Amino acid sequence: METLKIIGAVITLIGSIFIFLGALGLLRMPDFFNRIQAGTKASTLGTMLSILGIGIINYEWAGKIIILIVFVFMTNPLSSHVIARAAYYIKTNLSSRTVVDKLKSKTDTNL
Amino acid sequence: MINTILLIAAIIIMLAIFISAYRFIIGPDLVDRVISFDLITVSSIALIVIIASLLGKIIYLDIAIVYGILSFLSVIIIGRYIEKGM
Repeated sequence: METLKIIGAVITLIGSIFIFLGALGLLRMPDFFNRIQAGTKASTLGTMLSILGIGIINYEWAGKIIILIVFVFMTNPLSSHVIARAAYYIKTNLSSRTVVDKLKSKTDTNL
Repeated sequence: MINTILLIAAIIIMLAIFISAYRFIIGPDLVDRVISFDLITVSSIALIVIIASLLGKIIYLDIAIVYGILSFLSVIIIGRYIEKGM
C-alpha cells in the first residue's frame, strides 16, 4: 500500500511539471496562436495527471476525482477553441514566421 | 515522504501561476490576457486538489469544481463578446 501511494505522488509531480512547462511556453512563444497551443494543451494534461495522482493516494475520494477529471477534459479544449476563433476574426497579428493559413479562403472577412 | 513530494508539486504549480501572471501584466493584446487567465484558473484547480489532500478534508474538492465552471464560462463569454459584440 505504501508503494501505491508513492506512485500516486510521483504522478502528481509529473503533472505539476507539465503545468510548469505550459506556463513557460506561454512566456516564450512569439505569437498569440502559438501561446494558446502551448498553454491549453500542456495545462489540461498536467491538471488531469495531478488530480489522478491525488485520486490514487486517497482512493475514498474516487467519485469526485473522476467528476473533476472528466470536467476538465471536456471543457478546457472547448473554451480554448472559442477564444482562438474569436482572436482570428478580430484580425490578431500572425507572427512573421507563419507560412500556412488554411482559414483564409473560407472566411468572409477581408484579411 | 509523500507529503514532501506533494509540497514540491504545489510549489512548482505556484511558480507556473506567477509566470502566467507576468504574461497577464506584459501581454500587449486583449487575448493574451484572456489565455493567461484561463491558465491561472485551471492550474489553481490542481493546486486546490493538492491542498485538499495535504489538509485531509474532502470538502475542498467542491471549491475546485466551482473554479472549473467559472473558468470555462468566463472564457466562452469573453470570446463571444469579442467576436460578435454584446
